[in-house]
Parts: sequence; structure tokens; C-alpha cells
Amino acid sequence: MEEVVLNTGDTAWMLISTGLVTLMIPGLALFYGGMVRVKSLLNMMMMSFGALALVFVIWIAVGFSLVFGNSVGDRGIIGNATQFLFLEGLDNSTALIGTIPAAVFIAFQGLFAAITVALISGSIADRAKFGAWMIFAGAWATLVYFPVAHWVFAFDDFVAKTGGWIANDLGAIDFAGGTAVHINAGAAGLALALILGKRVGFGRVPMRPHSLPLVMLGAALLWVGWFGFNAGSAVASNGTAGLALLNTIAATTAAVLAWLLVEKIRDGHATSLGAASGVVAGLVAITPACAAVNASGALVIGAIAGMLCALSVGLKFKFGYDDSLDVVAVHLVGGIVGTVLIGFVGEEVGLFYGGGTDQLVSQIIGAAAVLAYSFVATLIIGKTIDLIFGFRITHDEELEGIDIAVHAERAYEIFDNNQGSAFSSSKGGQL
Amino acid sequence: MKLITAIIKPFKLDEVKDALQAAGITGMTVSEASGFGRQMGHTEVYRGTEYEVNLLPKIRLEILVDEPNVESALALIVKAANTGSIGDGKVWTTPVDQVVRVRTGERGAAAI
Repeated sequence: MEEVVLNTGDTAWMLISTGLVTLMIPGLALFYGGMVRVKSLLNMMMMSFGALALVFVIWIAVGFSLVFGNSVGDRGIIGNATQFLFLEGLDNSTALIGTIPAAVFIAFQGLFAAITVALISGSIADRAKFGAWMIFAGAWATLVYFPVAHWVFAFDDFVAKTGGWIANDLGAIDFAGGTAVHINAGAAGLALALILGKRVGFGRVPMRPHSLPLVMLGAALLWVGWFGFNAGSAVASNGTAGLALLNTIAATTAAVLAWLLVEKIRDGHATSLGAASGVVAGLVAITPACAAVNASGALVIGAIAGMLCALSVGLKFKFGYDDSLDVVAVHLVGGIVGTVLIGFVGEEVGLFYGGGTDQLVSQIIGAAAVLAYSFVATLIIGKTIDLIFGFRITHDEELEGIDIAVHAERAYEIFDNNQGSAFSSSKGGQL
Repeated sequence: MKLITAIIKPFKLDEVKDALQAAGITGMTVSEASGFGRQMGHTEVYRGTEYEVNLLPKIRLEILVDEPNVESALALIVKAANTGSIGDGKVWTTPVDQVVRVRTGERGAAAI
């Protein structure tokens, strides 16, 4: 075995990528936050920030081991939880994973766990107790994300000797998380929306986005952050990273056009919310495929994702589930489109590139396995939390607004004429 | 003295204000309001979902006017705020018992 040495180019790119992925958390918070009514903005943003804080702490304790530890019994289901307990042996300045410091790889991958959990929050806008959400975030990361990430991201002989079944036995291609991140979060979003039930007035009261500029800013930040997410998944500063970056732009631009075209034909107007949604749909769909296709393939994936996601946003009204911000239509549908289309347009392996149907079948099995596991496990976790703690705020709290009810804060103070007394019941520090 | 209250389309505010100022009527209070009359609302579309929005943004003007100027002020407002299409708004007057200027304590017409 050749001696592994640190590559400074790889390390520099992965340090930057980690910073970029961190930017996706406020990006998502703004993307979601702009879409809710003004009375729920802070809670929407807090669900993303809360998920980041809690999940990364669990990641350090056991998460990294569950994903990248040796597969228990070599079955490819879950990593050895105690192998790197509190990052034992890795949280120093000399340990390497691949050609980069272990510390950087751990930070980068930990943020994937956090953003995946945060994505789910879009399906339960306006109505979830913050404490219940936090318990859910920790439980879901541990029981759903970590196992699934082990299946998909833990390659044999990379961090540990044995890895997950989708990566090594099935051989489904998922470069940056079409299954582990997006199908996973999308299926969980659907399950959680079913557990919590519809918002008061769903389908009857207008629930308009309170700030489309915030939505567009959030989508733009997600786009920039996604370069770290996708091109960083090369874990190297090389041609694969470059191709992933190009394809990430190509698919996203095609998806924006496709989404707007659907809107223009169906609704008569191309909207800014449609453009922002197209951005995210394209980013989601190219995530698994960004290193497996050429630019034309990326355009095809982006265009199909933009179209199908735009057509899927009406399903919640048809079937009566309140997936408030369309986590299902964007992440589940987009994730499936990207993962399955690799079987058609993947270079060398895809059906259209003479690769036969083997890869296509693997892609479908991988997508279906993650979807089924995530959906069922989330139903169980969500229902358990609901039975023990109650997942929803009260009817009146919801009508008044979750920001005031749960966080005792208001997003905007436009008119500064209602100040009250700063000291009247302050439990914290003096002004 | 009369209080003129005018509900007009927001983009007509400047024209109304300029017309009144040119005629020597120099004070007014402007607030943002929302409401509907015969125009009802309009349709907005978000991710393919259509919402009937029937409270539309309007501007509410409140102007105190001395009796001799009431008719001309009404005419100026109606002329400046008119677009000829539905939703242009309404203007009405109400009698005012007393007006006091806060700074000087002047009362009645002198306070306008």
C-alpha cells in the first residue's frame, strides 16, 4: 500500500467547500423563511439553525462512527458506533482521510447531516413545537440519516475497511447525496407532514410567501453553497470536482427555464418564486449525478427535474397533505429524477450510452430502498414524539403566530412605537 | 370646517397632493390602507396555487378644509385621482367641531 500524504490543493479546496456548505444553512433558512407568512418567519429559520447545532454535536459524539466506522457484521447497514467515539484518534492535526486532514473531512460530512435534517422542516411550517422538532432532529439524524449515509457514502477501504451496501454491493451512483440527502429528506418530509396534519385553514386561507426577495436570496445562497456540496464531494481538487461544478450550474439553469415554462403555460405567468424553486429543483436533481454525466446530460436532468417538480407542487392539494413548502415536490421528486436518470444519461453506464439496464436497475433499487426506509422510520419517530410530547402547538397559538407563541419574538418591528418597558419582567441581563 | 377623507389608488397620491398644494391647501395626513369596494380583488399565483386577494392596497388621505374651500378641494381630488377604471376609490366629508394647533393653541380656521 502506497504511503498516503497530505495534498495541499485538495485540503485547500475542501476547507473552502466546508465553508460553502455551511452557507447553505442560512441559505435554506432564508429560502424557507421567505415562503412562510410573517408570523412564522423566525420559527422557520430557527428549525434550520437548531438542526445544525444539535446534529453537528451528535455527529462528533457518535454520528461520524455510525456513518464511517467499520460496517457492523460486514452487512453494510450501520457503522460501528464506538470506533471513533468523540472522534477518537481523528481530532488532531496529523490524522488523514484520503489526502486531506481527517478533521476537514469530518467537518464537511457533518454539515451534510445537518442540512439534510434542516431540509425536512419545510414540510411542517407554522405549527411544530420547537422542542419537539429538536428531539425529532436528533432522533432522525441518528436513526435515519446516519444509517442511510453509511449505505451510500461509506466506501470500503476509505475511512474504514468495510462500508455501506448501496455504495459497495449495489453499486448505485450517488455522488453527493441524491438518495442519502434528498430522497431521504423528501420522504421524511412527507411522513412528518402526515403526522402533524394540515395547518389551520390549509387550502382555504391564503398562505402567501411574505417575502419573495428573501426566497430568491436564499436560493442564490443555496446555489453558491451547493458548489461546495457537489464539487466538494470529490474530496479532491481535481477534474472530477471541476466537472461536478460545471454540471451543477448547467442543470440548475436548465431547471429554472423548465419551471418557468411550465408556469407560463399552466398559470399564465413566469414567477420569481418559480425561478427560485427551479434553482433548488435543479440543484437537487444534479446532486447524485454531477460527476457521472456530461454537460448535455446535466441539461437533460435539470430540465426534466424543473418540469416534474413544477408539476408536482399541486399534488398536496389533490391528496390533502400539507407539505407546506413542497419538500416532497422539490426534494423527493428532484432526488428521484436525478438518481434514476443516471441510469439513462450516465456516461458509460447509462442506457443511452450503451451501458444497458444494469445501472438503471441499481439506481432504482437504491432510490426505492432509501425512500421506503426513510418514510417508515420517520412515521414511527414522528408518531412516537407526538404521543409522548405532542408535536403541534395549539390552535390559538398557531393562529396568533408561532414566532410569538414559541420564541416570544417577532421578525420585524416596522413601527418603533410599541416599546413597552425593557425591565418589566427581564430574567436575563440588564440593558 | 370639514374633514375630507379620500380613499385613492396608491400611485395617484403624488398627483392629488400636487393638485391640492397648487390650490393652496397645504396640510394632509396620509396612511396606507387596504380594502375593497365594487372592484373586489385580484388573483395571485404562488407555485401554481391561485389566491383571490380581495383586500387591495389603498391610500387614505385626511385633509382639514375651511368651509369655502371644500367644494373646490373635492373637485381637485376627484379630478386628480381619476383613472376612469374601477377601483379609483371614494371621497367623503364629515363636519368638524373644533381644531387646535398644538404649537400655538390657535383654534378654528386659523389652525388649519
